[in-house]
Amino acid sequence: MTQTVSPEHVLLSQVPMINRLFRFQWEPASECHVLLYPEGMVRLNESAGAILTHVDGQSSVNAIISKLQQEFPEGGEDLIQDVIDFFTEAHNELHWIEFT
Amino acid sequence: MNCTGSSLPETPETGQPLWLLAELTYRCPLQCPYCSNPLNYDQQKQELSTEQWIEVFRQARALGAAQLGFSGGEPLLRDDLEELIRAARELGYYTNLITSGMGLTFERMQAFKDAGLDHIQVSFQASDAELNDYLSGNKRSFREKLEVARTVKALGYPMVFNCVIHRQNIEQIDKIIELSIELESDYVELATSQYYGWALKNRDHLLPSEAQLKTAEATTNRYREQIKGKKRTQLIFVVPDYYEERPKGCMNGWGNLFLTITPDGTALPCHSARELPIEFPNVLNDSIESIWYRSTGFNLFRGYEWMKEPCRSCDEKEKDFGGCRCQAFLLTGDANNADPVCAKSPNHHLITDARNNAEQNNPANSEMIYRNRKNSQRLIATG
Repeated sequence: MTQTVSPEHVLLSQVPMINRLFRFQWEPASECHVLLYPEGMVRLNESAGAILTHVDGQSSVNAIISKLQQEFPEGGEDLIQDVIDFFTEAHNELHWIEFT
Repeated sequence: MNCTGSSLPETPETGQPLWLLAELTYRCPLQCPYCSNPLNYDQQKQELSTEQWIEVFRQARALGAAQLGFSGGEPLLRDDLEELIRAARELGYYTNLITSGMGLTFERMQAFKDAGLDHIQVSFQASDAELNDYLSGNKRSFREKLEVARTVKALGYPMVFNCVIHRQNIEQIDKIIELSIELESDYVELATSQYYGWALKNRDHLLPSEAQLKTAEATTNRYREQIKGKKRTQLIFVVPDYYEERPKGCMNGWGNLFLTITPDGTALPCHSARELPIEFPNVLNDSIESIWYRSTGFNLFRGYEWMKEPCRSCDEKEKDFGGCRCQAFLLTGDANNADPVCAKSPNHHLITDARNNAEQNNPANSEMIYRNRKNSQRLIATG
C-alpha cells in the first residue's frame, strides 16, 4: 500500500454502515452469516458475522466494541484490535463498509 | 463464490445449490447470435405458472439457494415478474434481474424496487447504436438500453453492465468501457462469448484472433489503472477458454453450486446442458431436493469415476473437473471426454484449428445466424 492510514484514530469515532452493494444476512441452510452482492456471496466466519451484526448505520466503532465486549467477555484486549483490523480491511480493501 | 473464514464445516461431498437461475421464458425481443438458449427453443413453449415458480423458489431456498437470477429469454415478458420478485425476496433471496432492458419503463422499475429487487444487470451488445442494433437484430435497442441504465442508477440499484465480447465488437472495447463508466456501472462484465448453441453455430463470426484478444485485455487493464481510486466501477474481463491450455472448472463442478430451471420446469446443472443427450428431471414431477441429490442427470458427472483418460489420472482433475461437459460433447461427440480446450486432450486440435481459422481476416464463409423463431425452426428441421 502506498498510503498508510492511522486506523485506530480514524476509526473509533466513525460510524460504519454496510456498502449498499452488499446485503448482510443469516443463512439458515449454511448456518453462517453472509454478504450477498450482485451475483455473488461471501460466507463470513463467526467473528466477522458477530461484528457486522452490530453495524446499523448508527453505532460508532467504539460503541460496537463495547457491545462485543459484553457479548464476548473472554475476548479481552485482543478484541479491540481485532475489530479495528476488521473494519480497516472491510473498508479499505474489501469495500464492504462505508462510513457515514 | 468466495468463501472467507474457517468456521464452516468441511465441504460436504455435494455442494448446496447456492445459485438458482430461473429462466422464466424463452421469449425475447432480441436475436443475439450468441444466445445461450437452446437452438430448438421454439419447440419449448410451455412456461411454469406463477405458483409453480414460487414453489421452485421455496424448495431451492430450503436447500440453501441464496442467489436468484431472473433470466430468460427476456424475463420482463412475464407479467407476473413483480409477484415473483416479491415472493423471492420474502424467502430471503438476493434477487438479480438479468435483462436486455427492452420495454422496461420507469414505473415498472419502481414497482420492482417496491417488491424488493436487489440488482439489475443490463446487457449491451456494443457501444454505439449501429453495431448494437445490428447485433441484437432490433432497431430500437440501444436507445432503450441507455435510458434503462440511467434509470437503474437513478433508482439506486446496483448495476451490472454486461457486454458479451466477440470478434464483431472487440475492437471497440475502449468505447464499451467508457460507456459503462459514464453510466456509473458498479460492475462491468466483459465476457467473451462461449461457444455453445447459437454461438457455436456462429463461431467463425465471433471468435476473436489472439492479437485482438491481447489488445482487448491490455485496453481493459489500462482503464483499470485509469479509474483506480477514482471510480468504484470494477471491470471484469473473462478470457475465452479457447485461448487457454487448461479448461475452466466449469460451474465449479457438475451439480455442485448451480441450478438452472428452464421455462418448462426442466432442471439443469448449467444453462447449456439441454444440448446434452441426457434426460433431465422436471420440477413438475420431482422435488428439487430429489432432483439435486438423487436424479441421474445431476449425478452423472459428479466425482471422478465417470472420467476417461487423460482426465482420470490427471493431477489437475480436482481443479478443473475435466472442464466443460457441454463443450466436450458438442466438439467431440462424447460428454465423458476431456474438454478439448485442454492441451492434454487428444482432440485439442479442434480448438487450435478454430484459433488458426480466427487468424484470417474474414474467417466466416456463411451468413451469421440470428437467434429467432424462423432460424430455430429451420435448425430443428435440419437436425
